[in-house]
Amino acid sequence: MAEAKSPARPAERPLSPHLQIYSLTWTMAMSVIHRATGIALYAGTLLLAYWLVSLAAGPAAYAIAQDVFGSVIGRVVLFGYTWALLHHMAGGIRHFVWDLGYGFDYKSRMGLARGTLIASGILTIVIWVIGLSVG
Amino acid sequence: MSQFHFSIRTPAKGVRGLGSAKSGTEHFWRQRVTAVAMVPLALAFVAIVICASTRDYESARALIANPFVAILLLLFVVTGAVHGKLGVQIVIEDYIHHEGLKVAAVIANILFTVVVAVAAVFAVLKISFGV
Repeated sequence: MAEAKSPARPAERPLSPHLQIYSLTWTMAMSVIHRATGIALYAGTLLLAYWLVSLAAGPAAYAIAQDVFGSVIGRVVLFGYTWALLHHMAGGIRHFVWDLGYGFDYKSRMGLARGTLIASGILTIVIWVIGLSVG
Repeated sequence: MSQFHFSIRTPAKGVRGLGSAKSGTEHFWRQRVTAVAMVPLALAFVAIVICASTRDYESARALIANPFVAILLLLFVVTGAVHGKLGVQIVIEDYIHHEGLKVAAVIANILFTVVVAVAAVFAVLKISFGV
């Protein structure tokens, strides 16, 4: 260590490989989507706050909120939000499995990665079928 | 390790709450505790929203005013706010390398989550207490 000379110009060492170097894998995709859905849910808390505040504000404000959430765009956003919530939840459960020390072998992590996507997709559709049939 | 490391303290002492950063594994641990809590709370939240979506103004208010519903919503909002703040802070620290921007983003993250959580909590309480 003490003999290391500091060069006048830092050597052009290779940077550690990142997303654009590796080919896409299931586990990588689920990792990226876990972050993306987390950020989407974070932004979507604005919608939750808006819904509750409009309900607290009075009938006129709530009528506007109902129009917003009941519109085509509103429903698409809510559908996406439902999926983001359930996918992030499924991804979180996958992380709990890893936290407990299981599921690191190839078969398990591929199964968990595919399983989170399948589970979140099915759950989202089930919830919307229930939601639309009671509404 | 150094040959002068005669302390009887184990390395575990350093990471239990008070590592060199004086916060140790606190961020990781809070992230996981809130994550565990969010699983049942998020499912309850979805059920509450489905129930509310079928109702008009008056009966939607009555639903949210129900103590069980209100308490679940409050827990969901507060736990979600803490969990989201922790998660987005990690994203900020990973991707924003300019020190000033990073500090500004970390502060903005805290302010955003506090404002959204306070607004949602206040709304639920206002509806609950019928004022």
